[in-house]
Amino acid sequence: MNLLLNISFSSLARWIDLSLTNLLNNYMLVKAIEMVIAGLSLLVFLVPLCFFLGYMERKVAAFMQIRLGPNRVGPKGSLQIVADTVKLLLKEGLTPNASDKFLFNLAPVIVVIACMLVMAPIAFAKDFQLWDLSIGVLYISSVSSIGVIGILMAGWSSYNKYSLLGAMRSGAQIVSYELSVGLSIISIVVLTGSMRMSDIVLSQENGWWIFKGHIPVLISFIIFIIASTAEINRAPFDLAEAEQELTAGFHTEYSGMKFAMFLLAEYINLFVVSAIAATLFLGGWMPFHIGHWEAFNHVMDFLPSSIWFLGKTFAIIFIIMQFRWTFPRLRVDQLLNLEWKYLLPISMVNVLLVTIMAIMGWHF
Amino acid sequence: MSLLGEDIVTGKGEFVINIGPQHPSTHGVLHLKVWLDGETINKIQPHLGYIHRSIEKMSECLSYRNFIYVTSRMDYLSAHINNQACALAVEKGLQIEATPRGRVIRLLMAELTRLQSHLLWWGCTGLDLGAVTPFFYAFREREAIMDIMDETCGARLTMNYCVPGGVMYDVHPNFQKRVKDIIVQLRSRFDEYDQLLTGNVIFEQRTKGVGYLSPEDAVSYGCTGATARGSGVSCDIRKWFPYDGYENVQFNEILGKTGDCYDRYMVRMAEMKESVNIIEQLINNIPEGDFQAKTKMVLKLAKGEYYQRVETARGELGVYIVSDGAASPYRIKYRSPNFSNLSALEVMAKGAKIGDLVAIMSTIDLVIPDVDR
Repeated sequence: MNLLLNISFSSLARWIDLSLTNLLNNYMLVKAIEMVIAGLSLLVFLVPLCFFLGYMERKVAAFMQIRLGPNRVGPKGSLQIVADTVKLLLKEGLTPNASDKFLFNLAPVIVVIACMLVMAPIAFAKDFQLWDLSIGVLYISSVSSIGVIGILMAGWSSYNKYSLLGAMRSGAQIVSYELSVGLSIISIVVLTGSMRMSDIVLSQENGWWIFKGHIPVLISFIIFIIASTAEINRAPFDLAEAEQELTAGFHTEYSGMKFAMFLLAEYINLFVVSAIAATLFLGGWMPFHIGHWEAFNHVMDFLPSSIWFLGKTFAIIFIIMQFRWTFPRLRVDQLLNLEWKYLLPISMVNVLLVTIMAIMGWHF
Repeated sequence: MSLLGEDIVTGKGEFVINIGPQHPSTHGVLHLKVWLDGETINKIQPHLGYIHRSIEKMSECLSYRNFIYVTSRMDYLSAHINNQACALAVEKGLQIEATPRGRVIRLLMAELTRLQSHLLWWGCTGLDLGAVTPFFYAFREREAIMDIMDETCGARLTMNYCVPGGVMYDVHPNFQKRVKDIIVQLRSRFDEYDQLLTGNVIFEQRTKGVGYLSPEDAVSYGCTGATARGSGVSCDIRKWFPYDGYENVQFNEILGKTGDCYDRYMVRMAEMKESVNIIEQLINNIPEGDFQAKTKMVLKLAKGEYYQRVETARGELGVYIVSDGAASPYRIKYRSPNFSNLSALEVMAKGAKIGDLVAIMSTIDLVIPDVDR
């Protein structure tokens, strides 16, 4: 048992690194192979994750809507999403004649790449992180906004009026809500004094920020959840693909695998956003610790850190999914009002409060 | 209509977009040509005729007994009320009256039809505004109502239950019990509906002050039903020109104040409660006796013109029959509520956003086959 616990992911990585270096003497080649391994393992993780999230979304929606949800393919309908994926893979990916073909085909790839890049600094478990860079959260907030380029590209290049409107909406929306997300992240950076993801997690060893940081951190947590729901274009902020207004918004013309990539990106983004919220506010993989209660903390440590991380992440995902099936959609001007008139001023004042709190040392 | 040149961007820099005929929120094959300035609607023009089936001409070719059922396909959500209007018009021409039992059964069915239509509308309004969940809640109750109809007349949507002189068959023995059940069920669900959609902040933002229709415009465009009543125009045919015994039941005509989407919504929500009240008053008082008056096999109306108006779930339906004494009508004209209500869309939607257009259309509660006929 003890041995099992001691084999952490970082020792596995170190072992791979060592054996590869022994095998090949070329430093660059070793690094390249390691990157490929890391990317492949990320893919191997992401695809089942998206399957699961798709299944979860359907089931959550079904139970909120007094119906059963998928229940035919596989046990409890769990293979439905696999069947759907196979369908999408086999479907012809149409490219409209009048579209800008290069951009049209590039757009879904960019969207997916952007959200996969964001995965890099996320700490999935203790010592299990692809890239623990010193500007972790800055990297996340900058890379995640690349996705909007893909969406704009899709909207512009499809040569469809609905797509264009959807892309314009999405551009305005993501650029606006980025600010609130950024300010919420800053409040945690101020408290931690570091942008490194591992530092942020470790700073919550004696309690998660949401408990340690009094009301200001709670406010920034709520703002983060609202703003990031808007940033990933999910209902009630799904104006970019407002089905009842713009048929399917920016991906109206997409079909087959290209459409599936937008779907994939949506679910990865959902996971990423929830994972970041869990890391910043709920301690990431850090078990539930209370100050100096050593015995209690020790009991909590018995659950593996990955379980803690995934549990918190999925709790947040569950909340965001409930938003989608409860609220009507906002109108485009109301959406921007919400950001510029309410969320942004509140989060600015909030950052100030957090800063004062951090300077005075009022947090636990 | 070409999709090039003028039809994409006009000289004034307006972006032209064709919403429909295949579009999720037009609830059928309605084609709206919209001139946009950014997201703001400058001009809107409905193009009709995609589901024109010449129901008026078809009616003229059928006998007085048969033409009633063609009208089920006009406003299919209030099919029974359409049939009722035709049956009443024919009864006028024959100078007979439906039997007391037949009249009460018709009335009950008409109110059940109104309920199921309004329930579907409520679900679709949620759906149009981006809330998917209300749709399923509405369908739970709607299915129960449909089952009652299924049991009694064998059809769920286009019931074809009215005949001149009463109804086609007697009600099913379970009818009273099931209707009482649905009354109890609906009463308890109305609060749930309000919690789910009516009280929602986003929903209020989306509908309040949106799609304003002034009482003057409502009258001049010939709007009827909840669309006009939302603007405070009293036009309930059941009150003004009672038919089939509406004069004997107690109910209120619901009027809105401001004439925006929210008022139209609230009028319909309150109308559902009124319908439940009407049903409750009648369900224990179905008179005994024949459900159908005795009529000749071949009906022939005396030479002349006959007009009957009823209140469908969407507004005033008028049936105008010109008879030359033959076994089928010489001319039939339907005054359909949706056609007039749709004509007011342009006033309501001017200056609104695309998102508002969807809200406006869902609160007018359009059924496109009734527009084109």
